[in-house]
Amino acid sequence: MVKEQGVKSIDLTMAFFRAGMLGFGGGPAVIPIMQRDVVDRYGWLTDEEYGDTIALSNTMPGPIATKLAGYIGYRVAGLRGCLIALAASIIPTVVLMILLLGILQNYKDVPWVANMSNAVVPVVAVMLGVLTWNFIQQSEKALGWSKAILLIVVSVILLEVLGIHPAFLIAGLILLVLVPFIKRTVKRT
Amino acid sequence: MIYWQIFLAFFIPGILGYGGGPASIPLVEKEVVDRYGWMDTQEFSEVLALGNSLPGPIATKMAGYVGYAEGGVLGAVVGLFGAVAPSLILMIALMAILFKYKDSREVKNISKVVKPVIAVLIGVMTLDFILTSEASLGGIQTAILMVASYLMLEKWKLHPALVIGLALLYGAVTGIFIA
Repeated sequence: MVKEQGVKSIDLTMAFFRAGMLGFGGGPAVIPIMQRDVVDRYGWLTDEEYGDTIALSNTMPGPIATKLAGYIGYRVAGLRGCLIALAASIIPTVVLMILLLGILQNYKDVPWVANMSNAVVPVVAVMLGVLTWNFIQQSEKALGWSKAILLIVVSVILLEVLGIHPAFLIAGLILLVLVPFIKRTVKRT
Repeated sequence: MIYWQIFLAFFIPGILGYGGGPASIPLVEKEVVDRYGWMDTQEFSEVLALGNSLPGPIATKMAGYVGYAEGGVLGAVVGLFGAVAPSLILMIALMAILFKYKDSREVKNISKVVKPVIAVLIGVMTLDFILTSEASLGGIQTAILMVASYLMLEKWKLHPALVIGLALLYGAVTGIFIA
């Protein structure tokens, strides 16, 4: 699977640094930016391989952009590539985040600075509200209204009324979906 | 053991967040705010707001920042490891198998059945944020800011960083005015 082809560390660093720093709007925004480097500029993967990788990483949990960076880095340059790609895409923005929030924390007792952080909360609420609606639409597209609404109602009851940790609900659903698949695979082998 | 807690706080959302980084935000909030009490909703929303206005993946920015705030540089490394490593290792290890079954109905269904749950989690978080804002700014300002930012983000498609910047400016100006 790994094709060591003398991919330069500096190329890896630049490709994934760009993907991290230009991807405004989180992981999904990174996908086309990464494609420009990985496929068009450096030719590490073909268009089709890149598409397959994205489809696959969508079937796995966890943040998309880092899965892509780590996996592509690993594929073109082994463990070295994996670590370089991850570091280049993650570290710059994390450092920026720590610095900016550190500054904000220092001036927290100044009333007008405190009010600045108050004013941001409703904006984030709107962003999250839009995200909620996106996930509802995706649920409808994937499952149809009746199943989607049923799952939503069941989730509200289990999570909010009974106070069950979401980990149990999600793990339970995954198991439920996979049972016929596991049965079939075991039978075949 | 703080490092173990930091690891768990980001490992659980990382391994359950089907639908990428945004899907794991409410799961992170559950651990960071509800379980460990490292931040309140207000502080969490500041981190989220800044995370949304900076480039790069959101889940890892949160893991790095919260890890750093609770456990210094090592904490940041542990948080990032928890968020990134498990699903990445799984992906690299299972690549061959996954390629074989990537068109299988069940494997595709996993992310489908999890979506409604994520919708509920983010929906509840939205409500939390609205209530928090109502408590600090009052209902009228909250409503004005929400309508204005909805129009800017969704109707006029302004950049999230710009909208957050305007909200900060609004907060500063009204803050000085009140003082």
